[in-house]
Amino acid sequence: MNKVKVATVWLDGCSGCHMSFLDMDERLVALAEKIEVVYSPLVDHKEFPEQVDVAIVEGAVSTDEDLEKIQLIRQRSKLLVSLGDCAITANVPSMRNPFSVKDVMERAYMENATNQWQIPRQMIPKLLDRVRPIQEVVPVDVFIPGCPPSADTIHFCLTELLQGRIPNVANLTRFGA
Amino acid sequence: MSASVRIKTLKIDGMDVSARGNESVLQVARENGIFIPSLCYVDGLKPVGACRLCLIEVAGINKLLPACTTEVWEGMVVSTDSERLRKYRRLILELIFSERNHVCSVCVSNNYCELQSLAQKLGMTHISVPYRYPSKKVDASHERFVMDHNRCIVCTRCVRVCDEIEGAHTWDLMGRGIDTRVISDLNQAWGESDSCTSCGKCVQVCPTGALYEKGKSSSEMKKEIEFLPYLTALREGKR
Repeated sequence: MNKVKVATVWLDGCSGCHMSFLDMDERLVALAEKIEVVYSPLVDHKEFPEQVDVAIVEGAVSTDEDLEKIQLIRQRSKLLVSLGDCAITANVPSMRNPFSVKDVMERAYMENATNQWQIPRQMIPKLLDRVRPIQEVVPVDVFIPGCPPSADTIHFCLTELLQGRIPNVANLTRFGA
Repeated sequence: MSASVRIKTLKIDGMDVSARGNESVLQVARENGIFIPSLCYVDGLKPVGACRLCLIEVAGINKLLPACTTEVWEGMVVSTDSERLRKYRRLILELIFSERNHVCSVCVSNNYCELQSLAQKLGMTHISVPYRYPSKKVDASHERFVMDHNRCIVCTRCVRVCDEIEGAHTWDLMGRGIDTRVISDLNQAWGESDSCTSCGKCVQVCPTGALYEKGKSSSEMKKEIEFLPYLTALREGKR
């Protein structure tokens, strides 16, 4: 049997959702018989593969790099799963939205710096005017709210998806859970 | 209730129920264990029909009516749940979430918020309208309490409890439409209000983390709303 190709992606978030993913503990061993993790911060592949069955995305769309990534991911994935509040509501990263990018950069790199104040102009991705949840940028198939969603919730969702069903998580998790 | 109030009979979701003639559909539904979502309604304060979440269908009337401000009548046939109602309620809730900055994960009222729990109850896992991310102020000038406009849904519970129960009328509304906001006195800082008695009733009836006690951190602000019906009943008894 061909294994289901799963990718996990980390955009603008704290990686708490990935931690929750790892919290599935020994259930990951059982899952590994059915899925192959083809791309993830947890494995070593550098390029997002051409064809992925399920892409699980943590974090909001915050930079020009995030925007490019999520568009490529959408193109190459059969099913796109928004994992956690940052992906779904832009959550904590969105708290910079009422301020201008210029103000945010000055706050971070000038006002709060103790020496060598300068705003970086290369190497780091450019901030977008506003942090956006994924569904405002590309279509999303499955939403799993929570900050982070529990390991049990993620396990339930993966199990449902593996059986060809779209999981209904309303009873298991919510914004801020 | 005076002796002259007549009992009326009506149908809610196919169920025969009876009600006192001056009751609202929402009150009668709740007495009979029928769930109608609401945010601005609170037992013990006058209903205003502000949030529109309790919209219902009434046979023979084309438009939807708010259950909290619609009094029952004899022979009324009410439907509290339909595809159309679910669609509208869902959209109203989405618009409430999109209008301000409701960051549940770091909110003082996380786990105790009526907006958050209603979203879950109605099966909402995301919103389909764009978030506005407005720039909203936090008024921490009061000695004991904070008003965070980022979390306010303009339900006016605070305005009503301050006026109807405390009798101070510190709170009111200013502006129109999407710019409507709650103000204290004549749009002064709350801490400088002459009328506020610092009773804290507004904080306890607030359904979200918009009003909270100073010093409360994320997920710590549990509201104690139970006092209200008793207080109202006590006052009505004295009249």
